[in-house]
Amino acid sequence: LESLVEYFRAQMRKDPDMASAVAAIRTLLEFLKRDKGETILGLRESLTSATDCLTGVDSSVAVSSGGELFLRFISLTSLEHQDLSRCKKVMEERGELFLEKISMSRAKVAKLCHTFIKDGAKILTHSYSRVVLRVLEKAAAEKKRFSVYVTESQPDAAGRQMAEALRKLNVPVTVVLDAAVGYVLEKVDLVIVGAEGVVESGGIINKIGTYQMAVCSKAHNKPFYVVAESFKFVRLYPLNQQDVPDKFKYKADTLKTVQNLSEEHPMIDYTPPSLITLLFTDLGVLTPSAVSDELIKLYL
Amino acid sequence: MTKEEKQRLRKEKKQQKKNKEKKDDNASQESEKEKKSVSSSSSAPQPPTQPATQKGGSSCCSLKNVHDMVQKVTLILIFPVVKRLPEHIQVDNPDVLKKLAKKLERQQIPLRLDYGYKVSLFSHLHQYSRKAPLTQQLSIPSSVIHPAIVRLGLQYSQGIVAGSNARSVALLHAFKQVIRDYTTPPNEELSRDLVNKLKPYISFLNQCRPLSASMGNAIKYIKKEISNIPSQCKEEEAKGKLLNCIECYINEKIILAAKAIAKYAIEKISDGDVILVYGCSSLVNHILCEAFEKNRKFRVIVVDSRPRLEGREALRRLVQRGISCTYVLISAVSYILPEVSKVFLGAHALLANGYVMSRVGTSQIALVAKAFNVPVLVCCETYKFCERVQTDSFVSNELDDPDDLIVTRKGKTQLEDWQQVPLLGLLNLVYDVTPPDFVDLVITDLGMIPCTSVPVVLRVKNVDL
Repeated sequence: LESLVEYFRAQMRKDPDMASAVAAIRTLLEFLKRDKGETILGLRESLTSATDCLTGVDSSVAVSSGGELFLRFISLTSLEHQDLSRCKKVMEERGELFLEKISMSRAKVAKLCHTFIKDGAKILTHSYSRVVLRVLEKAAAEKKRFSVYVTESQPDAAGRQMAEALRKLNVPVTVVLDAAVGYVLEKVDLVIVGAEGVVESGGIINKIGTYQMAVCSKAHNKPFYVVAESFKFVRLYPLNQQDVPDKFKYKADTLKTVQNLSEEHPMIDYTPPSLITLLFTDLGVLTPSAVSDELIKLYL
Repeated sequence: MTKEEKQRLRKEKKQQKKNKEKKDDNASQESEKEKKSVSSSSSAPQPPTQPATQKGGSSCCSLKNVHDMVQKVTLILIFPVVKRLPEHIQVDNPDVLKKLAKKLERQQIPLRLDYGYKVSLFSHLHQYSRKAPLTQQLSIPSSVIHPAIVRLGLQYSQGIVAGSNARSVALLHAFKQVIRDYTTPPNEELSRDLVNKLKPYISFLNQCRPLSASMGNAIKYIKKEISNIPSQCKEEEAKGKLLNCIECYINEKIILAAKAIAKYAIEKISDGDVILVYGCSSLVNHILCEAFEKNRKFRVIVVDSRPRLEGREALRRLVQRGISCTYVLISAVSYILPEVSKVFLGAHALLANGYVMSRVGTSQIALVAKAFNVPVLVCCETYKFCERVQTDSFVSNELDDPDDLIVTRKGKTQLEDWQQVPLLGLLNLVYDVTPPDFVDLVITDLGMIPCTSVPVVLRVKNVDL
């Protein structure tokens, strides 16, 4: 299991542009190939424990949801073949297929979303999201002229990273304080954010500050768009902020070392579906109520 | 095929020709449910032996074992049917009443008369008095209606058996008794004759108290099971199979579903919660008792309302288990809501557009909870999901006995002469409808779904069926 964690970290280092969930799924696939188990049930159990181990390293929602979806995707075949090694082969093939599909998902999302960015638009986004970056890249490639406001997104100032990346694309970008979201909203035309996880109600879990932005954009009647790949769909149903499990709210290291969690700042918050206009996923453009439909199809 | 059925079918043809002339748009695919709930005999299965002469070339006629669906589709193709409203919400239409009276006469069931002045907004609904149960107009022992059904009807109309789960389970048990006592008459098939025997029982129960959505679904299931009995099956075997089916239905859809729902609901109850419940829902009480067994620390606020005061029953059950409870009337709900962390509501039925039909007062609580940003959770088994669509509480509802609203305080009964006062109406509604924007989460035996996903579940279920 130690080697697994190493492999995961190596994957993350190798390609910083890759989503952490994709790295996790690659790791799980590698684990499947190396596994010397004798029974399907044992295999499934060891895969589950591997996923738990990985969430111990990187506690984001996407890693656990990606792991669960991977498990579901490959285990749909396990009843057909008698021979274990043939079964494993089929599982590995399906795993590769799954990985290929999800590597394409960001491109699909970008293709769907860039049409919603009109010429001359002013966009507000939050923190550093690779999917949003991809969307804006595609829009810039389509020769659209737009400008972007990015929130600084403390405590890790990830917004500055986003601003750097956007400057490289020659997009005019302004970094604003997290507290200035209400101030700047009257100037913008639309808000686009990424998501770490999409929950069953159609709401999203994302970097802290997203909920504030959603509430303000609702008050200003500006459309609030979310871009997310389909492997981020997770079987949670939070009713309010405190209903989100603690294991997602804080970084993995914080969970292990700190005694009193109430003194720590949560890293994520929950945005309810009533504040979201549309979600762009590789399954299509969905309204928040359609997310549950897709989840039922994926999981049931 | 009896003379009556032939006559009925001929009348059917005439009426549909009339409807065709009146309305422009004819083809309607969803008339199945409506047709079923109207005089259920009008959607009778095709006549088995008299073919083309009756129906003018209907293709499916002579086959006995054709599936219900095919029969109805051909009926629709030959007679493009306009969607008909069920009879129990058209009480102010004299033609409908006449048809109902004729149908009941044919089935030898007495017609129950409406009582008292009805408020004009609800004059399209029945209003019965509890002091005049239908059984007084029956001869006991009745030759047409099985005694178990008579007893059930009385229990419904007097309110002895109340609550959607209780009514469905009682109905299924009564039907089990009917099946046990049933013998196939000579020259008849069990699968056809038993269904025809059940129709007058259902009309009788409908007269005692309008059927609930859960009862409707249970009856549909039973009728389907009965008509699927193969003709070669021996009577004892067939009866055994049917009894088994009913047992399975009760077990799966009600008892096991309650366990599954409790499992999901307990995840949503955390220590230190203050939970608000309204009225007496068997499912919500079950969930709270289970959560208490699992050592969750919470307290409950029971909200109650006149005239039924069902909250007292819920209070009694919860306090017996040792759960700490507070009791308020519905007028105090906005006073108590700042203390509440979650609201758990039961449902009578979940409609296809996501609206929740439940005891009157539920939508009021959901509205106030929304205003205070308190999450509202509705718990409902999937057998209560129905294909109906409703956006307000007026179209289809139930009017209870208006005399229930009369109360004696300090020796004075103010409203006892309400019938003498012209234009005074007492309104005792039973159900109301809550829009899905007020409901945050619906817990069903399939899992936790948002209120707008009810049609998805209905679609998935229909595929399974």
